[in-house]
Amino acid sequence: MTHPNETKTAQPMVMMRDVEKYYGTFHALKNINLTVAKGEKIVLCGPSGSGKSTLIRCINALEVSHGGEIVVAGHSLHNDQKAIDAVRRVVGMVFQQFNLFPHKTVLENCILAPMRVRKLSRAEAEATARKYLERVRIGDQADKYPAQLSGGQQQRVAIARALCMEPKAMLFDEPTSALDPEMVKEVLDTMVSLARDGMTMICVTHEMGFARQVADRVIFMADGEIVEENDPENFFRAPKHQRTRAFLGEILAHH
Amino acid sequence: MTLDFSVVTDAWQSLAFGALGTLFLAIAGMSIATVIGVLGVAILRAQMRVPSFLVTAFVEVIRNTPFLVQIYFIFFALPLAGVRLNPTITAILALGLNGGAYAIEIIRGGVESIPTGQTEAGLALGLHKHEVFRFIVLKPAIRAIYPSLSSQFILLTLTTSICTSISAYELTSVGQRIEAETFRSFETYFTLTGIYLVISLATMWLLAEIGRRAFNYPQR
Ligand SMILES: Nc1ncnc2c1ncn2[C@@H]1O[C@H](COP(=O)(O)OP(=O)(O)OP(=O)(O)O)[C@@H](O)[C@H]1O
Ligand SMILES: [Mg+2]
Repeated sequence: MTHPNETKTAQPMVMMRDVEKYYGTFHALKNINLTVAKGEKIVLCGPSGSGKSTLIRCINALEVSHGGEIVVAGHSLHNDQKAIDAVRRVVGMVFQQFNLFPHKTVLENCILAPMRVRKLSRAEAEATARKYLERVRIGDQADKYPAQLSGGQQQRVAIARALCMEPKAMLFDEPTSALDPEMVKEVLDTMVSLARDGMTMICVTHEMGFARQVADRVIFMADGEIVEENDPENFFRAPKHQRTRAFLGEILAHH
Repeated sequence: MTLDFSVVTDAWQSLAFGALGTLFLAIAGMSIATVIGVLGVAILRAQMRVPSFLVTAFVEVIRNTPFLVQIYFIFFALPLAGVRLNPTITAILALGLNGGAYAIEIIRGGVESIPTGQTEAGLALGLHKHEVFRFIVLKPAIRAIYPSLSSQFILLTLTTSICTSISAYELTSVGQRIEAETFRSFETYFTLTGIYLVISLATMWLLAEIGRRAFNYPQR
């Protein structure tokens, strides 16, 4: 006999079934099947143009998929605005280019969506913002503008801004690729601590150290397909496919 | 020929009021133009077919016809439709519509210059398209084109002189009256030129000041 709560926890956070995606005639995602459980941490890697960004952007409907089914936190994405709203309400996203709003201070960046979307009062939104800014260790910069921060600080603000919506899952699209090397660690540390707290995470990244440290599964994509997936231990030790081996060889040579 | 500027100095009060009339027309016209510009771009962004078409048609008609004809059209056509407006209101309306069409074009350029990542970040946070436009895109977009918008508004300020054609109260109509009464054409228009220059410079200063205060955030 199953307890009602059990069926709920058994429901996956993200379920993609037979998903296809085209840009015009270009076939960007081919028959994607992926299930991410609550609390699971996925690292997505693969060569440039393999469709990693496209895949995670389908999860929060920044891209429209053309076949198959995507269900996120119980909401089936069928291009109706209600489902899209519901999904974006519970899924946060962090971008390679930070995408902070330049005309708003750090604090204002963090309270806009909580006030408009979660309908928090300004006081509540500010309290939430300060909590998460502390959490990413940048509380003292609340009144600065994005342009006054370093890349690493900006990305941590972007993470805090997403956390202010109290999401159930977070998508990361190469969050450290635009950073100077000395700033990569501070952002990765933030992500590791988020992972430790049980956040469901899907990260496009080539930071293999991070993958080893937190990932439950590493997924390798090429040409719009999922080629291989495994737990990090086996993924790195014994990659099955030639393309994975070639890719890992290249990545690790650079590190 | 001897110059006699006393005709002008004697009329300094009329000229001062004329200059104020001009400034009033300019500021009211700019305000309406700004509202039309922002609303027009918002409508274009909503990508609904009929409203978008209407905005585009409006912009093309205004930009491809002379202002003098536009103001006469409003002045003589509206009464046919049963709407009676005094010359000053008509002038403000004409200036606002004309400036608004150019503002739509300029602001649209600014909006297009904003990286799509800004919009995506807003959408990913759960904001709707109209909120993304209003709270995220609009201000940086206007900042990006603020110099062009300012030049357009200086032009609008000078265009107020055409409103003399429907006898709106402004500086050129005051000058024409002085000239008609005194026959001192050179002195009159020499003085008007000077006053318009001052008005232009003052408008430029005002717009720069507004820009400095509104866009006081640092940029990369
Ligand atoms: N808006 C678009 N229009 C047309 N083609 C696109 C668009 N976005 C992506 N593509 C194409 O789809 C393919 C997958 O792109 P995607 O950005 O998902 O790759 P990626 O794996 O994230 O690569 P990278 O590591 O360079 O970020 C690429 O070939 C890309 O050129
Ligand atoms: Mg990418």
